[in-house]
Amino acid sequence: MNSMVQVKHSEAVGAAPGIGVKPKVIARDVNVYYGEKHALKSVDLDVPERSVTALIGPSGCGKSTFLRCINRMNDTIPIARVTGKIEIDERDIYDPTLDVVQLRARVGMVFQKPNPFPKSIYENVAYGPKIHGFARSKAELDEIVTTSLQKAGLFEEVKDRLNESGTSLSGGQQQRLCIARAIAVSPEVILMDEPCSALDPIATAKIEELMDELRANFTIIIVTHSMQQAARVSQRTAFFHLGILVEEGATETMFTTPRDRRTQDYITGRFG
Amino acid sequence: MMNEHTAKAFDADLLDLTQKVAEMGGMAEKLIADSVEALARRDIELAKRVVAGDAAIDALQHDTEEKAVLTIARRQPMAIDLRDVVGALRVSNDLERIGDLAKNIAKRVTALNGDFHPQKLIRGVEHMATLVLGQLKRVLDAYAGRDLTSALAVWKGDEQIDAMCTSLFRELLTYMMEDPRNITFCIHLMFCAKNIERMGDHATNIAETVYYMVEGRAIADPRPKGDTTSFASMQAS
Repeated sequence: MNSMVQVKHSEAVGAAPGIGVKPKVIARDVNVYYGEKHALKSVDLDVPERSVTALIGPSGCGKSTFLRCINRMNDTIPIARVTGKIEIDERDIYDPTLDVVQLRARVGMVFQKPNPFPKSIYENVAYGPKIHGFARSKAELDEIVTTSLQKAGLFEEVKDRLNESGTSLSGGQQQRLCIARAIAVSPEVILMDEPCSALDPIATAKIEELMDELRANFTIIIVTHSMQQAARVSQRTAFFHLGILVEEGATETMFTTPRDRRTQDYITGRFG
Repeated sequence: MMNEHTAKAFDADLLDLTQKVAEMGGMAEKLIADSVEALARRDIELAKRVVAGDAAIDALQHDTEEKAVLTIARRQPMAIDLRDVVGALRVSNDLERIGDLAKNIAKRVTALNGDFHPQKLIRGVEHMATLVLGQLKRVLDAYAGRDLTSALAVWKGDEQIDAMCTSLFRELLTYMMEDPRNITFCIHLMFCAKNIERMGDHATNIAETVYYMVEGRAIADPRPKGDTTSFASMQAS
């Protein structure tokens, strides 16, 4: 890792690799343009594996834009242009020879609003493994569905009604169904874009608890507007402002003694 | 200075906490001065007022604690704001303890009626109290202004008070050895001196809290210690 390059390209304080853990995702000099608008400016960030990294910042700061770079969701926006380099396990994900469908199986995503397919609970989870050909038999598929629902902490609540529609579940259950759907294809990285903002506090607590369990096996990157949530669930926190990664570091440091004045102002509620 | 919070009421909450602590500080200063004056003049009426004054400082400490807990529950403060609230809690605790110590001195005033009252010894206690008052005033200013330099000066200054306490202890020992009839008075006076020395320690605690509030970490160096009364012996005098 060349730290000189980091200093040159980013304003971030302490964008050095986190806590001695091997980085799963490495972003270098990432810029995103939406037409003329320069939405993300030269971001350098290392995301350690098997941990939760929170991206925080005011609306329009570029945190969701950055998240969407990691599974190339920005490709779906015609006017969006991404430059720089993002590697997952040292493989450049913007390599033109890379299969984007495969990438999105490795990098799952959970959205702000739960968006189950208008199909049965079973089919919601089985869909991904089926199209990716992960199961050779019905028994194998059943097994994947069961373990995915278990990992998402939903199995006990739905085991007797797997054939009911996914949309019949409560908001919190739907969101956990989406998480089960995401982990059914055995991703390595899970991106979460404000996964709890439409949920009540109890459903939120369940998702947070789940994230804490999932980080044993997955690398999770979460965008959240709730500072308390970032402080509770993440090990690393990155603060974005006006398209710049301002500061990144261990969560406990970021929320107790941030180094940058802008970070301090944001987390203490002093932004005008 | 920090910018204002988007939620103005949060600023008001924090300001209110700081003001409560400042008010407690003023009360603690007065209690120290009054208790030592009551001691020097054997003024029992003044001593009684000190005991009553301690109840007021206790009540205000209780208020401050409630306000701090409410602020944490309501605002979930982060970073410097959280340290502000924790700091107010800690400082108010130290000030409340200072009030208790002043009350202890005042309670001894009634027990000090006798013939043997060497002014020199009382002067020693008064001098210690003056130093502690200076330390307390300075550290309360450091708290109000979040002033690291002053806080560190107070933190280092406690050594002198400790050294005075040790020297007073030795002097009292000689008086007690000279004439056993002095023992009661000297022991009371020694307890008063020790109470004042403890007040100095609380001023030092406050200095440490101010440092923590500003820097977000504890002072790294070990503090110089001058109180060696635990080791002083008869031969030492």
